[in-house]
Amino acid sequence: MNFDYYPGCTLKTKAAGLEAGARRAARALGFELCEIADWQCCGAVYPLGKDAHAEKLPSIRALKAAENAARPLVTLCSACHHVLKRVNDDAAKNKDFRDTIARYDEDLAYGGGATVLHYLEVLRDFVGFEELSRRVVKPLTGRKIGAYYGCMLLRPSVVMAFDDPENPTIIEDFIRALGGEAVNYPLRAECCGGYISLSNEAKANELSRKILADAARLDAEFLITACPLCAYNIRKQNQLPIYYFTEILEEALDVKL
Amino acid sequence: MEKIGVFICHCGSNIKATVDADAVIKEIRGITGVAFAAQYPYMCAKAGQSLIEAAIRDNSLDGIVVAACSPRMHEATFRKVAESAGLNPYMVEIANIREHCSWIHRDGGEATVKAVELTRAAIAKVRLNAPLFPEENSVVKRALVIGGGIAGIQAALDIAEAGFEVDLVETTPSIGGKMAQLDKTFPTLDCSACILTPKMVDCASHDKINILTYSQIEKIEGFVGNFTATIRKKARSVCMEKCTGCGDCWNKCPVKKIPDEFNTGLSNRTAIYIPFAQALPLVPAIDREHCIKFKTGKCGLCQTVCQPGAIDFELQDEFATEKYGAIVVATGFEVIELGKFGEFGYDNPDVITSMEFERITHGAGPTGGELVRLSDGRKPKSITFIQCVGSRDITERGKPYCSKICCMYTAKHSILIKDKYPDIDVNIFYIDMRTPGKAYDEFYRRSEEDFGVRYIKGQVGRVMDMGDHLAISGVDLLDNVKLELKTDMVILATAIQPATGIKPLASMLSASIDTNNFMTEAHAKLRPVESPTAGVFLAGAAQGPKDIPETVGQAGAAAAKVIGLLAKDILLSNPCTATVDINSCNGCSLCGLVCPYGAISYGPTKVDEFGYKTLERISHVNQALCLGCGACVVACPSGAMNLLGYTNLQLQAEVDALCLMNSDR
Repeated sequence: MNFDYYPGCTLKTKAAGLEAGARRAARALGFELCEIADWQCCGAVYPLGKDAHAEKLPSIRALKAAENAARPLVTLCSACHHVLKRVNDDAAKNKDFRDTIARYDEDLAYGGGATVLHYLEVLRDFVGFEELSRRVVKPLTGRKIGAYYGCMLLRPSVVMAFDDPENPTIIEDFIRALGGEAVNYPLRAECCGGYISLSNEAKANELSRKILADAARLDAEFLITACPLCAYNIRKQNQLPIYYFTEILEEALDVKL
Repeated sequence: MEKIGVFICHCGSNIKATVDADAVIKEIRGITGVAFAAQYPYMCAKAGQSLIEAAIRDNSLDGIVVAACSPRMHEATFRKVAESAGLNPYMVEIANIREHCSWIHRDGGEATVKAVELTRAAIAKVRLNAPLFPEENSVVKRALVIGGGIAGIQAALDIAEAGFEVDLVETTPSIGGKMAQLDKTFPTLDCSACILTPKMVDCASHDKINILTYSQIEKIEGFVGNFTATIRKKARSVCMEKCTGCGDCWNKCPVKKIPDEFNTGLSNRTAIYIPFAQALPLVPAIDREHCIKFKTGKCGLCQTVCQPGAIDFELQDEFATEKYGAIVVATGFEVIELGKFGEFGYDNPDVITSMEFERITHGAGPTGGELVRLSDGRKPKSITFIQCVGSRDITERGKPYCSKICCMYTAKHSILIKDKYPDIDVNIFYIDMRTPGKAYDEFYRRSEEDFGVRYIKGQVGRVMDMGDHLAISGVDLLDNVKLELKTDMVILATAIQPATGIKPLASMLSASIDTNNFMTEAHAKLRPVESPTAGVFLAGAAQGPKDIPETVGQAGAAAAKVIGLLAKDILLSNPCTATVDINSCNGCSLCGLVCPYGAISYGPTKVDEFGYKTLERISHVNQALCLGCGACVVACPSGAMNLLGYTNLQLQAEVDALCLMNSDR
C-alpha cells in the first residue's frame, strides 16, 4: 500500500534524519511515501487560532490533494500532523469554516474527506507491531529507551485520537517491537516548553531538564521522539541523547546508509 | 342545539387593565351556540363561582368557557363548579387570556382582539366536548421498596409503621448498602455502623416488612395502585430457615481469594460468604461462579461442617409475583470507574479512592484500621486528597454535576487522619469548598483551623510514581503558582453515579431518567420525591447525589407519599386518555413504540366494517396506564388515535376558529 505524504519544512532542513529513516524503513516494510506536489508550510501551530483562515489554506490544499488521490495522508513531524489533523477535523465538523474556505477559492471547497495518519499509526495499524518485530534484522536488545511523546501527538485527544493522552503506549510498543526495552518514566508526555524557548529560554530549559532527569532516574540511555521541536529543546540540554524514532527504526531494520 | 355559557374574568386589574371585557362580551355574543355571557372581577372567588353555577342551572347550559388565567391555575376549580351545577366537569374549557394575553401585551386594542380570538377558539372546542367519566381503581395496600441501603431501609420502616405491608428488595446478600461500608459519618463523627445497624434490625424484626435479599426485580407491570412485580430470588444455596449464621462454613471454605466487594476489593473473601459481620440476614450465600463444588462437583466442605444441615446445592432461583399499590426506587449510587483518568495514576496501589479509604480507616477493614500504604505497608508521612475527580467535569470522560458529598467526606477523612496521626501532613486540592448544611461549614473549618489540614485551591495535573513516593504537579490558584508536592499517598474524591441497573429498572417502571441516568422527579421543586410515573416514588442517591441526612429525609418524604396513596381505597383515573378507532387502526405498532408509559398493547380485536366482521390486530390502550400525553395521536399515520378531551376534531375546530378570525381581518 502506498500513502500520500506531507513532509513539512523542518524535515527538509534540521530534521532531515526523521524523513530519511522513514523513507528507507517504508521501502523495507513494503510501502511507499508519495510526496504530494507543491506542498506548502503548514504554519506549525500558529494557524490554529480560531479566526485564522488564510493560514489554514496550505493544510486544506494538502488534504484536498490526498482526498483526490484517495490515499491516506501520512505525516512524520508532530506539529505538521497536529495542524493537518485539526484542520481536517474542523473542515469535517464546522460548516462556517468550510464556507469561509470555499469563498477564498471555489477549487478549495473541502469537506474533510481525507484521512490523516501519523507514520507511527501506519506502523501500528497497517504494518502491525507484531509484523514489524518479525522484520527486525538487528534488534535493539538490551537498549533502555525512553519514549518522549510531547504534547502535539496526543492532545486534544478527541480530535487527535492517537492514544490515551495520559498514559500513551504506542511508542513503547514500537520500542518493544524493535527489541528494545521501553523505560516507562512518568513525564514522558509532559511539555518540553515548545515555542516558549524563543521568548523564555530559561523556562523551556527548566521543563526539558525535568523530563530528562525523570528519564535518567529510571536509567534511560536515550530518548526517541517524533517532534523536531521537542528534539531541539531536549538536545540543547546536553544530557541524554535524543533521536527520531525513524532513526532507530532504520537501524533495527538494518537499512541505514 | 347546544347552549354555551361564556364567563370573562377580570382577575382584578390583571386582565381588565389590558383587555376590554365589554368588547369581548359584545364580540362573542354573536357566535353560534353562545347562549349566555357574563363578566366578573374574580371568577375564582366564591361569588364568581356562584355566578357560574347559577348560570348553568338557570340557562340549562351544556358547556361553558371560562376566559381567565391558565388552566393550570383554576381548571380544576371550574370543573368542580360545573359538577356541582350538574354539568359533566369535562364540558368546561378555559381560554387563557391572562398569561397568554393580558400579561404579555401592552397594547389594549390588540390584546382585546387576541382575547376574543382565544375565547372564540375555546368556544369552538367546547361545542365538540363530550362528557367524560373517570374510572375507579382499587388500591393494593402493599408497597415495594427497591434497594436496601439507608434510603430503602428508612422508607420501608416509615411505610410499615403506618401499618402497610412492605417488601424490601436488595440485590446483595445483605441490606445496609453503602452506609454499612463507611467508617464515621460527618459532621458528628459518629460511627456509621452504630447508627445503621439498629435500623437494619428494626427492619428485620418488623412484622410488616418482608426483606428479600439476593433478589432482583425481573418485571414490573401495571399502574398506580395496581402494580405487579416479578422478583427473582437468586439461589443462595443456603436454607434461610435452617441456617444459624454460626460461621463454620465460611471459616472452612477453601476458596479464599475472591476480591471482597464490601472491602472494595482490598481484601479477599471466601466462596460461601456474608458481606460483613453485621450482615442482615445473617445467612451466607454461595458465590456459584467461584465455588469449587459448582465448578467441578468436588468439595462440599461447607455442607459437611454445617451442623443444622442448611447447605443445599440443589436450590434454584425462585420467582415471586406480588401486587403493589406503590413503588419506591432507592437504588443508590456507585463510584465511577477511573480508567479514563490516567493522570491520577490510579493503577498505583498508593493512589486510592475515598471509598477505599473508608475501608482502610475502618477497624474491621482490610488493614484492621491501620493507616498504611498498600504498596509497602509503611505508614505514610504525608497524604494528599484530590477533590472533584470526575465531578464538575464537562469533558466526555467525566460527570458535569457536583457529587455533593465529597467536600464534606474529605474534610471528615482529613480529621480522622489528623486525630489519630497528628504528625501526618494532609493536603487537600479543591476547586470550591461546598459545605452548606447544618454544622457542615463549622466542621470543615475545624479541619483547617484546629487540625492544621492544608487546603489548596487548585487542580492536579499529574500524580507520578517516583519509586518510594509519589510526586504531584498541581497548581495553587490563590498564590498563582505551579506546585510540585511529594506525598506518600493520594486519595481521590471520585465522582458518584447512579447504581448500574438503573436504566433497565427505569424502563420497567416506565419512569424517566435524566442525561446522567439519575431518576427524574415529577417537578424539580414542587414534586421532588415523585417520579413522573404515578405511583413511583424516589428516595436517596438514585434521584441525585445526596448525603445521609438528606437521603433519610427524602426517604421519609417518599414514604409519606406512599402512605397517602395506600390510605385511599379508590383512585379515580384521568379520563383524558387515548382511544383507538378500531376501524381505522391497522396495527402498525407506531403508537406502542412512542408510548412512554407502556400503555399500548396489540391483540386480535373483532372489527365490524359495514357488516363485514373480521378479527384484526388492533392497538389497545390501557386506560389506567395512559397519562394522556398524546404522543400516540401524533404518531398514528391513519388518524385512528384520539385523545379524549383533546380529539383531532376539537383541536382542528380551535385552529379553524383562530384562522377564520385572521382571514377576516
